[in-house]
Order: sequence, then C-alpha cells, then structure tokens
Amino acid sequence: MDSSSLLQYLITGLTLGSTYGLTALGFTIIFNTTGVINFAQGEFVMLGGMMSVFLVRVLGVTVPLAVPLAALGTMLTGALVERLAIRPVRGCPSINLVIITIGVSILIRGLAMLFWGKDTHVLEPFSGDQPVMVLGAAIMPQAFWVLAISVILLTGLKLFFSLTTQGKAMLACSFDPKAASLVGIGVQRMVMLSFMISALIGAVGGIILTPITMTSYDKGIMLGLKGFAACILGGLGNPFGAAAGGLILGVLESLGAGFVSSAYKDALAFIVLLILLFVKPSGLFGQKDAKRV
Amino acid sequence: MQPTLLALKNVDVFYGRIHAVRRATLHVRQGEIVALIGGNGAGKTTMLCTVSGLIRPGQGSIMLGDQDIVSRTPEQIVRAGISHVPEGRLVFSPLSVEDNLRLGAYTRPRFRQREGIATDLEAMFDMFPVLRERRAQPAGTLSGGEQQMLAIGRALMARPRLLLLDEPGMGLAPMVVKDIFRHIVNLRDRLGLTVLLVEQNARSALKIADRGYVLENGRVILQGTAAELLANRDVQRAYLGRELDE
Repeated sequence: MDSSSLLQYLITGLTLGSTYGLTALGFTIIFNTTGVINFAQGEFVMLGGMMSVFLVRVLGVTVPLAVPLAALGTMLTGALVERLAIRPVRGCPSINLVIITIGVSILIRGLAMLFWGKDTHVLEPFSGDQPVMVLGAAIMPQAFWVLAISVILLTGLKLFFSLTTQGKAMLACSFDPKAASLVGIGVQRMVMLSFMISALIGAVGGIILTPITMTSYDKGIMLGLKGFAACILGGLGNPFGAAAGGLILGVLESLGAGFVSSAYKDALAFIVLLILLFVKPSGLFGQKDAKRV
Repeated sequence: MQPTLLALKNVDVFYGRIHAVRRATLHVRQGEIVALIGGNGAGKTTMLCTVSGLIRPGQGSIMLGDQDIVSRTPEQIVRAGISHVPEGRLVFSPLSVEDNLRLGAYTRPRFRQREGIATDLEAMFDMFPVLRERRAQPAGTLSGGEQQMLAIGRALMARPRLLLLDEPGMGLAPMVVKDIFRHIVNLRDRLGLTVLLVEQNARSALKIADRGYVLENGRVILQGTAAELLANRDVQRAYLGRELDE
C-alpha cells in the first residue's frame, strides 16, 4: 500500500462520507424535535439529485441556478410531508410516525419513478472533470465542491443553532417540548421547520453527490440507510456525532473497497454498525442516558 | 375591590376515563396571590395545565379578563398574558442561563422590543444576582433553587399579567423555599403581578397568599381567605399536619 493510493481512498471516502454525514444530520434534526426517525430522509437526498438533473437537462436551467432551486423544491416537499403526513397524526406514539415516514418514502420513490422513469441520470460536475493531482492522488474537482459545500452547510447550521433565536427555540423544543410550549414556542411550527431544514440538507447532499455517483429514483434507499447507520454510529441525537459518523463511514467504506474488495462496499457500513451496536450501543459520541433527579 | 383577572367556571378535565378535575370554579383578582392546596393527585397541577392550554378541558369556561381562552393553544395563552412555571422547573438544561431567559421573551417581537427585552434581562439579573454570575453557564449545572429562580425569571420575561407557579418549593431546602416565596411576594408588591400558586406545603403557601382553594379528588371542597384556611380545623388536620388531640 502506497501513500498516494491511501490519500486517494481517503479523499474519496471523505467526499462520500460528507454526504452520509449530511443525511445523518437530517435524521438527527428531525429526531431531536420529534423523537421520530424519518425514513423518508433518503428520498430527500434522491429528490435533490433528481430535481437538479431535471432542471438542468430538461428545463435547461444553468447549474448555479438549478442547485438552489432543487434544494428549495425539496425543502417545500419536506414542509408538505410534515403538513400532510405528520401533523394530522401528532400525538401518536413515535413508532406509528416512523411507519408513516416509511410509507411516505415509498410514495415519494413511486412518484419519482412515474415522473422521471427508471433510468439512471447524470449531472455534469460543477467545474469540469479534469482530475487535480495532489501528492500523487488524482482528485476530481467535484470532490472539492462536495467538501466545501458540506463545510459551509455545517457551519451555517452551527451558527443557526447557536446564534439565532429560532435555532435556540428549536433546540429548546428538543430538550423539553412542554417547557418550550409554555414559553410560547409553537412546537408544531418547529417540527415543520425541522422537516424543512432536514430536507434542505439532504437535498444539498444529494445534489453535490450526483455528479460523482449519478442518480436514479431509487438512490434514496441506500443513501438513507447509510445516513441512518452514520447517525447511529455517531450516537443518535448528537449532530456532531452524525457528521463525524458520516465521515468515518465514508472513509471506512472507501478503504474497504480499495484494500479488500469493492464487492463488500455496501455491506461494510452495516457490519461496522452491527459491531458498534454490540460494543457501544450509545454510539461513538453518544452519551449514556444519565439524568439528574 | 380589584377586577377579576382569571375566572374558571365549571371546568371538567378528563385524562382518558379519569375525571381529574370536576366542575371546578375559582377566580383570581388582579394583584392577588391565590394558593391552590391539596394532596397528591388532587388535580392542582392539572388545573394549572388547563389554564395554560397544555390540557384541554372537557367542559367549562376559562376567562382571562374578558377573553375566553379555553380553546387556545399554549402559545396564544402566553401571548394573552399568562406565564406558567411548570412543576419540576423544566429549564432548558443544555442552554445557557441567558438563553433560557431570552427564550422566555420568545413571544415578544424581537426587533421592536430589543431594548425592552435587554432591560428586562437586566431586571431579572438584579432580582436574582446569582443568575448574573452564571449567565453563560448551562442551566442544567445550576442548583435546584437557582433553577427555580431561572424558571421564574424565564416566565417573567414574557411580561405576563398572571403567573402560574407549580410547586416552586419542591425538593428545595427550607431556607431556599423561604427565599423564593419572598421573591413571589415582592413580584406582586413591586410589579403588581397576579399569582396563582400550587403548593404541597400548604402552610408556607397560605402564609403569603391572600386567598386559597382546597382541592380534593379534583373538586374544590373549600375556599376562603388565607387566614380563614389557616384557622380551619379540617385544613389543619389534613394539610398543616397538626394533631388536634395534642
């Protein structure tokens, strides 16, 4: 094993991992405000990719415009999902809501298939496909886009939650929904906001990844599961853990594909997840439930 | 006599099939401190939660001044002028003390009232100096008494007309309880705040209250001025722990 191929795998892994991280973050945000795992998160990722392809290839929109439009479209979808599928059954046990999100994901996937067909679609890289040589490793320019946009998105989220009143109100809802409604925070509105933000993050992850992995109507299943695995790996409910879990998973997957066999690429994520659940069920960065009485 | 600020009339509350509050009627006048006393499960907390909109009553009316607030959401009720300090304080533990207080002002227009909110924040720090010392600390690291002060401060940041206090003395040392109750009296005297107070410790509650209601199995079984209730033999026996045959 030489250092340039190690670097190659590392960069590939980080690129892939940052989209897992973004998906995981989407899971985390909705989980924190509702206590529900939204299994339609992967479909948000798929929608981001498919919408951007549709906008660029069919409607002829330029890429810089298509990216925000696709993200916005997915965000609206997230709002609709909350309004039409989650809000009418609020107050139900979490497990019912989780099943509903599975239903929503099947619905979205089905509609996407009807609308865009079963083909695999490609999107041109944002700035060409001439690899850049870094220390002997060939890196696609799109990888830089993925990493940069992920970092920007993460920073933006961090600022949103630590500086803005809406962000803090959303955190307050996740810490104590009862106390949050007693200070006048509309918890239901915060739930909607969390769906919109999660959809947005998922969509951006999907869009920036599409030039590398291509996309199709069923792309969301695997990405959703990997994001979920990342989320558990980092410790459910911990945003930092989610992002880190995504990166770790991406790197492991890429190293596994490079040094062992790419046939086991997808299995690796889940093997790691299973081992972790046996050894440390609360996740790498998760805290044990300890409450002061 | 001051006008009535809060009036409950024939309020029934159900938890599933359990009839938690039965035809409760009570009122609180402007500037009064009114105590709700009664044992565990008497329906005191349920009553406060019904006023603040966390629970919807099966029947009855709840008036704040001249507006009916019975079918409103908790958010609308905070905006209407009622702040509820819940049982167990429920501060946002991982958030800082200052963030907790600022979230208390969530319903106030942030930009138009920026200065008003800053002034009120300072006022809270003046009232509870220990909160100023710990303003950047996560609320969860505060002691029980400090968290209670924070919870009261957070509720006051909404500029309420009526403050609902649920067991402010729960789990606190007697000295701390005394301090908190002194603050409650102060709030009424200095800010003209109206207070509806639920307390297990009937004696200390009645000491600062003007009037009181005694609840049993969801019913109001007795009402009167605080002095009357303190002197009432049934109240003494049931809630003040006095053995009458001593």
